[in-house]
Amino acid sequence: MLKDITLGQYFPGDSLVHRLDPRTKLICVVLYIVALFTAKGFIAYGLVFLMLATAVKVSGVGAKALLRGMRPVLFILIFTGILNLFYTTTGTVLVKVGFLQITTGGLSNAFFMVVRIMMLISGTFLMTYTTSPISLTDGLEMLLNPLKKLKVPVHDLAMMMSIALRFIPTLIEETDKIMSAQKARGADFESGSVIDKAKAMVPLMVPLFVSAFRRADELATAMECRCYHGGEGCTRLHQLHYQRCDWLVMGLFGVLVAAMFVLRRVAPF
Amino acid sequence: MDPILETKDLCCTYSIGTPFEHVALDHVNFKAYPGEYLGIIGHTGSGKSTLIQHLNGLLKPTGGQVLLHGKDIWADSKTTRQTRFKVGLVFQYPEYQLFEETVYQDIAFGPKNMKLNKDEIDRRVHQAAYFVGLTDDILDKSPFELSGGQKRRAAIAGVIAMEPEVLILDEPTAGLDPQGREAILGNIQSFHDARNATIIIVSHSMEDMARLADRIVVINDGKIPLEGTPRQVFAQGDRLRDMGLNTPQLTQVFHRLREMGLPVDGSVYTMEEAKAALLALYREGGQEC
Repeated sequence: MLKDITLGQYFPGDSLVHRLDPRTKLICVVLYIVALFTAKGFIAYGLVFLMLATAVKVSGVGAKALLRGMRPVLFILIFTGILNLFYTTTGTVLVKVGFLQITTGGLSNAFFMVVRIMMLISGTFLMTYTTSPISLTDGLEMLLNPLKKLKVPVHDLAMMMSIALRFIPTLIEETDKIMSAQKARGADFESGSVIDKAKAMVPLMVPLFVSAFRRADELATAMECRCYHGGEGCTRLHQLHYQRCDWLVMGLFGVLVAAMFVLRRVAPF
Repeated sequence: MDPILETKDLCCTYSIGTPFEHVALDHVNFKAYPGEYLGIIGHTGSGKSTLIQHLNGLLKPTGGQVLLHGKDIWADSKTTRQTRFKVGLVFQYPEYQLFEETVYQDIAFGPKNMKLNKDEIDRRVHQAAYFVGLTDDILDKSPFELSGGQKRRAAIAGVIAMEPEVLILDEPTAGLDPQGREAILGNIQSFHDARNATIIIVSHSMEDMARLADRIVVINDGKIPLEGTPRQVFAQGDRLRDMGLNTPQLTQVFHRLREMGLPVDGSVYTMEEAKAALLALYREGGQEC
C-alpha cells in the first residue's frame, strides 16, 4: 500500500534526460506547464503530448511507472472529469436525464481537462524520476540565487527541501516497519468504521513521531559535527555547468511554448 | 513428529514489474517442530527477515504455502489474523513500536486485540512482565521513561502476553550491553521452559546459537543450503565462511588446532566439550612423554 507512493522517487539511469542539468529540467518543466495551459485544440495537445512521449522514450522510464504514480490522484481525475462533463453547458445537447445533461462542449472539456492533469503529472514525475533529489535542490538553489539579494534564505530553504525529500523514503520504510510490528500484535488498520480506523492510527503515529524527532536530532548533531553552519562560504562538490544539449533542449521547449501561442490564434480547435 | 510450522516451496519476489524487482525467497522448505529452540543464521540481506514475516502471515507469499498445524494460514482472512496471535513475532529493535501511556497498557495491546476479558488481560500482562523481569512499579511508568534494555523487554512482553505457541524473535539482543543480552536470552529461555513454546530466534552471534539452539537453519540468497544440529552445522566451517558467516570462536580454535596436526575434533562448540577434549589430549600427551 505505502510502496505505491512514488512521490520524489528517483529511478537511477544514464539516459540523455538523466544527464541534463537539473536547472535545464526545472526550466523545461516550467515551460512545459506553460505550454500545457496555453494549449487549445487537438493539434496543440498533440504537440505537447509528442514532446512528453519523446522525453519519456528517451529517459527509459517505463510508461507503466509513470501511470502507477497517477494512482493517488485517480480520485481527483475522475472528479474533475465528471464535474466538467455535467456542468458545461456550451455546445449541442447530446443526452439529457433530469437536470443532468451532457453536451459536446462538456465532453471535450472533460476530455481535455483530464488529459491536461494527466500530462501535468507525468511531466513533473518524469523530472523527479530522472533527477536525484540532491541535484534537483542544487538546481533549484542555483536558479533562485538572485533572490539572495532580497535576503531570502535560499540556501537554507534548499537544504530543508533536500532533507525533507531525502527522508520521505526513510519515513515510508519506518511506517511500514511499525505497521508490521503492530499488525504482529493484532492491530487492524483496514476494517472498521472511520472512527475505528482513526483510533487504529494511534499505535502507528506515536512511534512514528517519536522516531522522526529522534532522527531529526541525530541528523542535526551529525551536521554540526561536520561543521555545517549554513550556506556562507559553502562550496559545492559538483559544480553545475550547462552543456550544449541543455541549451538545445531549452530551446526546443521555448519553441513549444511559442507554438502554443501561435496555435491559439491560428487553429483554436 | 509433525512440524508445528512449516513452509512449502515458499517464494517471495519484491517489487514485481519494476526496475527494483528482487527475489528474496526461492522455494524455501522450512520446518519448526513443537517445543524446539530453533536458530536462524544468515548474513544481512539473505532473506531471514522476509522468511519470518511470512511465518505469521504479515507478508503474503508470491508462491508456495505457509502451514500452521498443517493448515494453510492464507486459507481465509480470519485464519490469517488468528495466526498472528499464535505465532508471535518480535521485530528487530522492538522498542520503537511502544506507543501507549503506560507500560501496562502497551503490553495489554496484543491481548486487547484478541478480545480477551479484563481479568484475563490483567493476568497475562503481569505474567508477561514477570517473564521478562519487569517489576510492578515499572508497569505504571511511561514506556518512554525506561532505559534501552527495559524498553526492549517491555516490547518483548507485549508479544509474550499473547501467549503464542511459536515465538519468533529477530535479533533480540542487537545493540544491548553484555548484561542486557544475557538477561534477555535468559527471559526467552524461561518462557521456553515454562510454556514449552517453540522459539525461533534470528541471531548473528554464533556463540549464542551454539549454546542455546537445538537446531540451526542457515539461510543464504533466499535458500536454505544447510540445517541441522549446531554440531552438524558448525562442522561445515568452510561452507559457512563462503556464505559470509562464521563458526563460534571455540570451534575456530579447534579447527586451527586440527590444522596444526593435533588429533582433536574440529566440530567442538561448547566450553565443556572443549575442556574434555583438551584434558583428554593432555593425558594422552602426558602418557607419551
